Amino acid sequence: MRLKPLFLAIFAALATTVSLTPARAEIEVNVNKGDVQPLPIAIPAFGGQRGADIAQVITNNLERSGLFAPVAPKAFIEKDLTVAVQPRFDDWKAINAQALINGQVTVEGGRLRVDFRLWDVFSQQQLLGLQFTSTPENWRRVAHKISDAVYERLTGEKGYFDTRIVFVAESGGRLNRTKTLAIMDQDGANPSYLTDGSYIVMSPRFSSTSQEITYMTLKPTGSAIYLFNLETARRESLGSFPGMVYAPRFSPDGGRVAFAVEKSGNSDIYVMNLKSRTTQRLTTDPAIDTSPSFSPDGSKIVFNSDRGGSPQLYVMSAEGGAATRISFGGGRYTSPVWSPAGDFIAFTKQTGGEFHIGVMRPDGSDERLLTTSYLDESPTWAPNGRVLMFSRETPGGPPRLWTVDVTGRILRPAPYPGSGSDPAWSPLLN
Amino acid sequence: MSFSTKHALRLALIATAAASMAACASRPKPTPPISTPTPPASEPAPERPAPTPGPVSQGAVPGSEQDFVVNVGDRVYFDTDAFEVRADATPVLSAQAAWLARYPNVQIRIEGNADERGTREYNLALGSRRANSIRDFLVSRGVAASRIATISYGKERPIDPGTDESAWQKNRNGHTAIVSGAR
Repeated sequence: MRLKPLFLAIFAALATTVSLTPARAEIEVNVNKGDVQPLPIAIPAFGGQRGADIAQVITNNLERSGLFAPVAPKAFIEKDLTVAVQPRFDDWKAINAQALINGQVTVEGGRLRVDFRLWDVFSQQQLLGLQFTSTPENWRRVAHKISDAVYERLTGEKGYFDTRIVFVAESGGRLNRTKTLAIMDQDGANPSYLTDGSYIVMSPRFSSTSQEITYMTLKPTGSAIYLFNLETARRESLGSFPGMVYAPRFSPDGGRVAFAVEKSGNSDIYVMNLKSRTTQRLTTDPAIDTSPSFSPDGSKIVFNSDRGGSPQLYVMSAEGGAATRISFGGGRYTSPVWSPAGDFIAFTKQTGGEFHIGVMRPDGSDERLLTTSYLDESPTWAPNGRVLMFSRETPGGPPRLWTVDVTGRILRPAPYPGSGSDPAWSPLLN
Repeated sequence: MSFSTKHALRLALIATAAASMAACASRPKPTPPISTPTPPASEPAPERPAPTPGPVSQGAVPGSEQDFVVNVGDRVYFDTDAFEVRADATPVLSAQAAWLARYPNVQIRIEGNADERGTREYNLALGSRRANSIRDFLVSRGVAASRIATISYGKERPIDPGTDESAWQKNRNGHTAIVSGAR
């Protein structure tokens, strides 16, 4: 369970960026336009130990983003790339690779060092030249760091590959479902369980540090909210409440947890200061108020309420007070999640017999539905605010994790072969 | 469990299913509030003997959990996204109240359930409302609130795996579970 300490050193480019003469505009990938063709990129096996594995993890990450089209290695003409020498650009132009990543792995004194270069093939420029060092067993994280660096250099947006997903792994039939808290890397690697499946778990969320999660348990005797430290495995209850407690979320600074408390059938939103352990009630409406989510600056909370007659989205100050309805599109809106980038709120919408994952601006404008299915729900944002993970069920089938980008164009199953629900994406790891 | 009680249980389940289908067919008329005429709380629960397929059968022991499930009914149903006690639920809940009056040591837990056509956290809140509607009804019929716990399972505990309206109707329910004190 414990995260291995990872010391990643990033050095400035070793080889100088030679192109003083910009031959042509640099390649660029736009993550916010729905009509772009994926960029052809060549990622030959890196030299040295684990070199092929590292190139494969980078290839899979970039391909899965939908923004890159890795060229099949059998097409490669130049075979003996080294990081010390410029590639033969004509060989890469010939197979229409617009970008090229090459690298070298060195293991010395128990340390793994990876040097890599990102090249713009047509302008013959080096776009990145970086070195990462870590322990050899952390080679996958090094590959994720390289993926993030390449993604950021080519799209201008932060990457999201060196991250993890906490979720609820599901097994068994529909009438005797077992739900187990689980965690994995964003690419499905290193899955492990955090609970034993003997009781229901729901609604896990990461703190901004990535080292702590909060989640809810549901037993015949009642529900509870827990904090769980992934490094120390320390588990702690938020305390006991008169009715049910559910839907916990950290504030962006990690110092508070907002959640719903039910008393005599009425659910309202509360917030607890984790240091002082004082709890403040934020809503008092007799309607259902639940599923709070903080804005990235911590000043506001979007939440779900049926005070207007059907479940809709409302925004209020993180101190409580008056709430403003922001969803007006017709249909039922639930499970709002404020993007870490601040520009969108994702939600689940139910219209007719279908469910959608959608996004809207925090003021409710610009609503876009990204998915449609029998049952889509529980969106969670990648830390760059450009990709969402959610759970999808076909009629009678088990829930599966899927991802969709903010344009709705890139929709795919998440790389987890089992059944899962309630995903929560971590911030970028350190 | 003997053959005969199993058989009786199965018959009871079929009857429950039929009742819920009938309820379904009669919808979607708006449901009246819980003030519909119901038998007084003092009226004893119906003393129907369990169906006896063979001469050895004795049916459920009065005051037992099985007696409650088979002869009273441990589940009532709700309309979509609603938590008002429906007219067809009041006879069952009145019988529950009468049974609980007769067996005052019994403690119960009311479990609110929702169908899969809603999202997880909203359905938890909806299930809580349903459980509390039932609790309020039983309290209004003289059951001490201290004997009643409530919980919501949201959509986590369906009783019908189907994916059509008849399955969803069954899964929108309030279940009265005996916690302790039964014979």
